[in-house]
Amino acid sequence: MNASLSRRDFAKGLGGIVLAFSLDPALAQPGKPLPGSLATNKMLDAWIRINADGTATVFTGKVELGQGILTALAQIAAEELDLPLSRVAMISGDTGRTPNEGVTSGSQSIEYSGTALRLAAAEARALLLELAAAKLQVDASQLRVTDGIISAANGRSIAYAELAAAVDLHREATANVKPKPAGAHKVVGLPVERFDIPGKVTGKAAYVQDLRLPGMVHGRVVRPPRYGSTLASVDETKVRAIPGVIAVVRDGSFLGVIAEREEQAVKARIALTEAARWTLGPELPDPAHIFEHLKALPAKVEVIGTKQSPVDASARVIEASYTKPYMAHASIGPSAAVAQFNDGKLTVWTHSQGVFPLRAEIVKTLKLQAGDVRCVHHEGSGCYGHNGADDVGLDAALLARAVPGKPVRLQWMRDDEFAWEPYGPAMAMQAKASLNGEGRIVDWNYELWSNTHSTRPQSTTGANVLAAWYLAEPQQMGPPTSPPQPAGGGDRNAIPLYDFPSQRVVHHFIQDMPLRVSALRTLGAYANVFALESFMDELALAAGADPVAFRLAHLKDPRGRAAIEKAAQLAGWTPDQKSDGAHGRGIGFAKYKNLACYVAVVADVEVDRASGRVSVLRAFAAADAGLVINPDGLTNQLEGGIIQSTSWTLHEEVKFDRQGILSRDWSNYPILTMPEVPKVEVALINRPDERALGSGEASQGPMVAAIANAFANATGRRIRDLPFHPARVKATLA
Amino acid sequence: MAVSLKVNGAIRSVPAEPDTPLLYVLRNDLELNAAKFGCGAAQCGACTVLVNGQPVRSCVTSIDQLNGAEITTLEGLGTIDKPHALQRAFIGEQAAQCGYCINGMIMAAKALLDAKPHPSEAEVREALAGNLCRCGTHGRIIRAVLHAASEMGRT
Ligand code: FES
Ligand code: FES
Repeated sequence: MNASLSRRDFAKGLGGIVLAFSLDPALAQPGKPLPGSLATNKMLDAWIRINADGTATVFTGKVELGQGILTALAQIAAEELDLPLSRVAMISGDTGRTPNEGVTSGSQSIEYSGTALRLAAAEARALLLELAAAKLQVDASQLRVTDGIISAANGRSIAYAELAAAVDLHREATANVKPKPAGAHKVVGLPVERFDIPGKVTGKAAYVQDLRLPGMVHGRVVRPPRYGSTLASVDETKVRAIPGVIAVVRDGSFLGVIAEREEQAVKARIALTEAARWTLGPELPDPAHIFEHLKALPAKVEVIGTKQSPVDASARVIEASYTKPYMAHASIGPSAAVAQFNDGKLTVWTHSQGVFPLRAEIVKTLKLQAGDVRCVHHEGSGCYGHNGADDVGLDAALLARAVPGKPVRLQWMRDDEFAWEPYGPAMAMQAKASLNGEGRIVDWNYELWSNTHSTRPQSTTGANVLAAWYLAEPQQMGPPTSPPQPAGGGDRNAIPLYDFPSQRVVHHFIQDMPLRVSALRTLGAYANVFALESFMDELALAAGADPVAFRLAHLKDPRGRAAIEKAAQLAGWTPDQKSDGAHGRGIGFAKYKNLACYVAVVADVEVDRASGRVSVLRAFAAADAGLVINPDGLTNQLEGGIIQSTSWTLHEEVKFDRQGILSRDWSNYPILTMPEVPKVEVALINRPDERALGSGEASQGPMVAAIANAFANATGRRIRDLPFHPARVKATLA
Repeated sequence: MAVSLKVNGAIRSVPAEPDTPLLYVLRNDLELNAAKFGCGAAQCGACTVLVNGQPVRSCVTSIDQLNGAEITTLEGLGTIDKPHALQRAFIGEQAAQCGYCINGMIMAAKALLDAKPHPSEAEVREALAGNLCRCGTHGRIIRAVLHAASEMGRT
């Protein structure tokens, strides 16, 4: 039996958080590791401590990324401890204090941390009851707990506060105490408001950018003109003469400056940029031929999802190629960190998704002992995957090393973030299919070319943090990796869910990375669903079939069919919709990772032929995420994904030329603005008997396909290269 | 060199050069967290404050331009205990994911509602067109502003 949390991927910060558990949790089983993150962090007091004032302090290795995770985990602990939420304090992501739970990503926090906390809290409560039973001289089974007060039938009672000193939680968890059944939940399952929002809307310190330590000074870094450049010389005289400048820091080709005041550091950075002379690294590939270039690089070739049956030689063969450019995480707030060296010990306050992996890279790079480095999580701006968070942590540490004792706060400037973050990789997709005389797909061939979608810290060899590669004693970047199918990396959602009798899917996993890349939400799924679902529409057109009917004719999965039918119904889909040349409608469908949430989206677009502008007016989505716990939260996760995907699809592309990255601010990396945001309607298909499925990344793929198909429906022309920016639209319609 | 500024009704003297962008003074000297550094180039709106009631990008506004001006930050609208109707509506709608853009959204909305107490949805969208959000919270933000407008109309 597995841990069976029914709502492991709850409202991503949208709406009240509700979570609940559908089945009994897994208890310890002989010979098996303990459930959830208890397996790797066994001590009870690593998770829970009872304080002398009767409150509980709860520790988690997972971190808040704007998804509301800390509120949810506090609910779990409060529930099992029988404490009000207000008496539970959360400590998260601190290598000095919390369990090591790796990286916070992939909607797995409730499954791992939540399971551990639930079992640890139930066990802590049982230990408190045992003590109380002895003191009150009654049997533990006769005791009740309300808001941290344990009372016996005879009216005597004792508070957690009185037992705090006596209860010994410094012991290994047994995971043998059964948590409450769902029916007994009082806190879990309630739509609780997120803890962090009131502070965030009134200007309370909420982010690492808001951290102010006594004696704190301000840092800025100067990066080279492009990847792989080395610092030839720098004349520091002018920089040092700028008022407030404390130090110019140089280690190999890492360059930075520290000043008393932030604006002084910003000025000094400009002067230092002018003073630095670089030996330039290799030129970037020509953006006009980037996909040919990528395809020619060495790649590991993997054939996945093969099905074989004879193909009718008279079948019509249709082919098409698609591309997706490099895309940026483009966090609204550039990455930031605060670092301080004291007596050889380093503390870094960071919004990294994984404080332990970051510490491992810092230890390796700065040649320190793990015990001498502490990384403490503080929130930053939303990250959507692996952005500059870890890099700026090492940068801040390098600056702090030059001014021992002084805390240094460093926030990257806008261009540091845009030009140096690891992008979502550019991808090329090629599809070829055979249609028989009845308009059925009898053979399907699909190939994709992609770099890795993860170069996160803690790599097996070398170190995956930017500055480490530029030091006098540099580290190498770790080897690229790709998660295996069925989840996949670049090949995520590359295998069609449709039932084709014969198919072959090839993943060309490109090893060299001309631009820096890593994890961006959905990994390869956005590009693969764009290609696959665009091609389905192209085939439907060739077969003279309605796109919805054509999909249904090739799909057996009843839940997939239901999602498509529901979206079509919600939108009022009719076959043979004629376009007026400006308005169009299209559908896109996928089951995220081929193992999570089913989503079908119908989008309505308007194309302005004169300006080349595409507007997405409306989106109608149907989703099956298994058991629905919090319809509002789920709806909003899907809506957020649809809006993000609209932005990616209409606007986003990292620009570069042979000399370097050109996307350095919002004018050359525009994103969707408020007036452009489509109206979104979501219908949920509740499956009370099915496992709840993650949905935070499920709607991006179907949405891009829906837009692409709506454009083709509107104009009679198809765009196969992202994004749909005005110049491309005009060229396509010319 | 000290410059004096009127922020949220109080006169404050700050030890900064006259060309210092207001944003750094607010964040570092006055320890007001709400205005955020997003771009430093008047492109994103994260740093928005009100100057004499008008929304202004504090990242590109130097303090020497603010002599005698009334500067209002998000902290000046209300507190956790006594929130402004907009702050209350943003909490009610849970209109934040990471929340980094929210200061700018509320300040731009404040200026809108001051000038136009009953805006249409299109007018709200237009007023917030220069404020970027990356988390996809737009729908909730629009709802929160419209909600606050109707709330304020009632009292
Ligand atoms: S930080 Fe001022 S507009 Fe972006
Ligand atoms: S809520 Fe994160 S940028 Fe708007």
